[in-house]
Amino acid sequence: MSVPTHPPSVPLAIDDLTVAYNEKPVLWDIDLDIPEGKLVGIVGPNGAGKSTLIKACLDLVPRASGRVMVYGESYKKQRGKVGYVPQRESVDWDFPVSALDVVAMGTYGKIGWCKPVGRKYKKLAMESLDRVGLADFAHRQISQLSGGQQQRVFLARALAQDAQLYFMDEPFAAVDAATERAIVTLLHELKDQGKTCLVVHHDLATVNEYFDWVILLNMRVVKAGPTDEVFTAEYLKSTYGGTLSALSKVGDALKQTKGAIK
Amino acid sequence: MIWMEMDTWIVLVGVTCAIACALPGCFLVLRKMSMMGDAISHAVLPGLALAFLITGSRSSLPMFIGAAVVGLLTAVFTQWVSQFGNVDRGAAMGIVFTILFALGLILIVQSAEKVDLDASCVLLGNIEWTPQDLMNIGPLEIPRALVVLASVMLLNLLVILFFFKELRIAAFDPELATTTGFNAQVMHYLLMIMVAVTTVASFEAVGSIIVIAMLVVPPCCAWMMTDRLGVMLFLSAVFGALSAVLGHMAAIVVPPWFGFDDSASTSGMMATVAGLLFMMVWIFDPRRGLLGKKVGKYILNRSA
Repeated sequence: MSVPTHPPSVPLAIDDLTVAYNEKPVLWDIDLDIPEGKLVGIVGPNGAGKSTLIKACLDLVPRASGRVMVYGESYKKQRGKVGYVPQRESVDWDFPVSALDVVAMGTYGKIGWCKPVGRKYKKLAMESLDRVGLADFAHRQISQLSGGQQQRVFLARALAQDAQLYFMDEPFAAVDAATERAIVTLLHELKDQGKTCLVVHHDLATVNEYFDWVILLNMRVVKAGPTDEVFTAEYLKSTYGGTLSALSKVGDALKQTKGAIK
Repeated sequence: MIWMEMDTWIVLVGVTCAIACALPGCFLVLRKMSMMGDAISHAVLPGLALAFLITGSRSSLPMFIGAAVVGLLTAVFTQWVSQFGNVDRGAAMGIVFTILFALGLILIVQSAEKVDLDASCVLLGNIEWTPQDLMNIGPLEIPRALVVLASVMLLNLLVILFFFKELRIAAFDPELATTTGFNAQVMHYLLMIMVAVTTVASFEAVGSIIVIAMLVVPPCCAWMMTDRLGVMLFLSAVFGALSAVLGHMAAIVVPPWFGFDDSASTSGMMATVAGLLFMMVWIFDPRRGLLGKKVGKYILNRSA
């Protein structure tokens, strides 16, 4: 079998990726080439393997087979170019750190082992907090922030990572309207700087509005490509299957889509 | 209260032990694996026994190494059992440390009746006897236990100062730590080495209850009082030291109140005092304490 080559300009290329938990496959034979400078939504039902896809790209879960290339090289070599926004529930918000401390964690990779966080990086962290509108909350302990503010702290941390390729796991989950707007603005800023963002997304109604590119995922890639080609009734049905609630969701989403097109 | 030179030494041993435990204990508590200290302090027994069987002596260094190695293995086995056996970490810990502890007991009973190891010694150690075992450091005669524990305390302090940012990110968000190049697994084992070495060093002097108490209780008191990690580490050391000083004083002072002639076990009292301190913080802490919050509200209402 010939191994396809990928030019270094492709931010993320996935070949033949399979991931299994306890011999039960979660992702099956994924092939993807993500173009640069796009906002990419990862959409699919619960248990479709959306978070797992991100984690497999970041070497956080073992791969049964396959290869992931970031700008033409393995992830290990390209760490500095990749930013990660995990799900908000993945950490303990009672941890004794301030918002600024958390954002500064985004710069640790650049600082390196055993050196303290210098003034330059503290300033960078502060600027990142300012970009998400939370400069006034820098010294708050993180449990004293609202859910939306916590999510923005995570985004600021990703900004401080100063990456080229971002993985975001449900940044829009359970946030207030102000935060949702802030995240969208931020995504567009990143796009304008030529950065690529892969975003796990649950709200089908906003897919059209937010993303240039969509990956429809249900264990396999059902379809991936530009939103207007991929985000159609037919492909959504084969992604979400025949369950009633999912179908009505699809219907709603498509109504929204038509509204957006008008 | 009659205070002798011996008492000063005992308190110093207690204080260094408490601080040595409290520092890595903060990270255990923050990572929600407080009982790892419990597991390790029991599981080291076969290490001690094997070291004794192989070398045939009760000299400290081989015992120390044997125990530290088994202590670290406890952490590794726990990881394996929970990962491959698909059970949660608490259960995995229970499986591993009970097996190792039992194995240690069997080894000791079968092979060496000469080893004086009784239940009270394992539980409470013999901190009262530490001033009898002196060693020379320059012109000074210092209890050996104090030298060992002070070294471990300094070592822990240095490791935490050196890897502060790495330990923090690995404890708060292990996935981010791993993706940015600070492998959370490596940091986990660094912490486990610290806990194993500290546990083994403290074990002999003060017994297992106090090790577990000092690993967990002072960090918990400190966490209630602050929301800064650095401050938490400092406060946990203060609470640990306070428990040691007050604990030893209580061991001398309290028994006569109840008509006993002898003083009580200092180790036991240290753990008891730590528990009392925790209750005090829980009740009186101005921000989160039961009473403290009420008083704060009252003052706020009056001034409003």
